[in-house]
Amino acid sequence: MSDSVPAASQSNRGDDFDRRDAAWYVDRLVHLLVFLGGVSAILFILGIFVFITREGLGYLTASFSPSEFFGSIEWRPTSDTKPTYGILALLTGTAAVSGLAMVVAIPFSLGAAIFIGELSEGKTREILKVLVEMLAAIPSVVWGFIGLSIMNPFIIDAFDVPVGLNVLNAGLILGLMAAPIMTTIAEDALKAVPDHYREAAEAMGATRWQVIFRVVLPTAKNGLVAAVLLGVGRAFGETMAVLMASGHSVNMPTSPFDSVRALTATIAAELGETAHGSEHYRVLFTIGIFLFLITFCINLIADLIVRGIRKK
Amino acid sequence: MTMKIAIETHDLSFWYGDFQALFDVNLSIKHGRITSLIGPSGCGKSTLLRSINRINERIGNARSTGQILIHGHDILAPEVELLQVRKEVGMVFQRPNPLPLSIRDNVLFGYRLHHGKRGLKSSERDRIVEKALSKVLLWDSVKDRLDHTATQLSLEEQQKLCIARLLPVQPEVLLMDEPCSALDPSATEAVEELVWDLRDQFTIVLVTHNMAQARRASDECIFMLLGKVIEHSETGEMFVNPSCQETADYIEGRYG
Ligand SMILES: Nc1ncnc2c1ncn2[C@@H]1O[C@H](COP(=O)(O)OP(=O)(O)OP(=O)(O)O)[C@@H](O)[C@H]1O
Ligand SMILES: [Mg+2]
Repeated sequence: MSDSVPAASQSNRGDDFDRRDAAWYVDRLVHLLVFLGGVSAILFILGIFVFITREGLGYLTASFSPSEFFGSIEWRPTSDTKPTYGILALLTGTAAVSGLAMVVAIPFSLGAAIFIGELSEGKTREILKVLVEMLAAIPSVVWGFIGLSIMNPFIIDAFDVPVGLNVLNAGLILGLMAAPIMTTIAEDALKAVPDHYREAAEAMGATRWQVIFRVVLPTAKNGLVAAVLLGVGRAFGETMAVLMASGHSVNMPTSPFDSVRALTATIAAELGETAHGSEHYRVLFTIGIFLFLITFCINLIADLIVRGIRKK
Repeated sequence: MTMKIAIETHDLSFWYGDFQALFDVNLSIKHGRITSLIGPSGCGKSTLLRSINRINERIGNARSTGQILIHGHDILAPEVELLQVRKEVGMVFQRPNPLPLSIRDNVLFGYRLHHGKRGLKSSERDRIVEKALSKVLLWDSVKDRLDHTATQLSLEEQQKLCIARLLPVQPEVLLMDEPCSALDPSATEAVEELVWDLRDQFTIVLVTHNMAQARRASDECIFMLLGKVIEHSETGEMFVNPSCQETADYIEGRYG
């Protein structure tokens, strides 16, 4: 039997070219499914953008005044006499909270990434990585809950202030929230540094720290910047945790103990109570467009930087 | 003719976990000569070479017994500082591995590790860089682009740079693990010539798979098999008149 196989395939060679077996159909099917999945993801995102723009456009084309929108700290959408829609205070609130979050998250996440990627080995490393990934998966409402019920009384006690729901609280919470994802990305950036660089430096007598500071970190610089930017994007777009931890009062913050309100939290809290199609409703969508553009830009920059490392 | 001994090993054995890669290696390698290490793949040439500047210790479960003496000092002794060992014993790897820094910073990298970053005047710095690069015959081709990233150089230039960056700290011993195996024939020749020129000032130990190279480019040869040293003699002697049957078989290409 087995002797005849080569001979048979020899004579049938031409027929084989258009043979379609089960694997061929499976391959086609998987192709199609992946294609549909990819296309629908893009369509959904485009759809969302079109929807937000359409809802917000009414305000942007009718009574939108950039100087009031960006320059006024008066956010009084429900005023009976004259509603004003100035987002400056909200924008400052978001910026203050995100800024503090980064002050917390950058040292935490870079330190953790260096420890996991460069200093720990074997089992410890695997366990730490799993832990970090678990931290990244904590839902934001749980973080908000921690801010509300643990950090709040703690801040009141520790700093002797009347309210503990403020920039400090929200910044810490957001920083802790953003740190795990930043750690994961930063660790990937460190892992992408080829080991022969470390070996070369060590063979010349560099200690572990010298290897890290003079070789690994400079080489991984782009990836680390990308990690930080993605963290910024995360903090900027976060809603539930800031809503719960920031105090949610319209305020130009002058100290970390001032309560503030974030752009995202404003949308979440107010959209449900506005009449569909009203001016207030449209303004909230305009804020949505604005947030979308900012996070889009941050992610784009991070992505370009990451591509930058890949190319080298 | 009596010559100074640069490297001596006494009953050196080496394990990767449970796997023993070197068995009681006893060697004495003379100062100011090029000694090549030959033998079939997996016989422990790299392991032996990498033990000599202790870079093997990067691997978590590696362990060794016995002694390695560099100019009479046991580098495996507990009080020895790795930094000092690696200053005395430089290493060139199989794949050129310049750091992703500028050419200048590559040359100065080791110097800065050993002398600190401070107190290096720019005139002195330039002198060190020029001297090291001239020595490896690279100065003329790179002197106008010292700030360029070293990883953009050709492989030949990269490998020469990897040799150049060892020189500013004035090592005694240069270890080279198949330094030409990633290079094309003309680059191989250039690097070989360079190594040949360096031999007066350094003790050079060279791993090679290329019999012609071992024959051309070394004073002495060490033949290894399965983690043991089989034969150690003058290169001419080994190629013309090997004393062991295994050596003869290997040189004539009957295995490995
Ligand atoms: N990191 C390691 N872990 C476990 N075993 C190793 C390790 N490195 C090398 N070995 C084993 O040790 C033995 C000697 O390896 P070594 O690299 O020294 O050989 P070599 O003579 O340099 O070979 P080649 O000519 O292929 O470079 C081999 O059997 C190899 O499989
Ligand atoms: Mg080898």
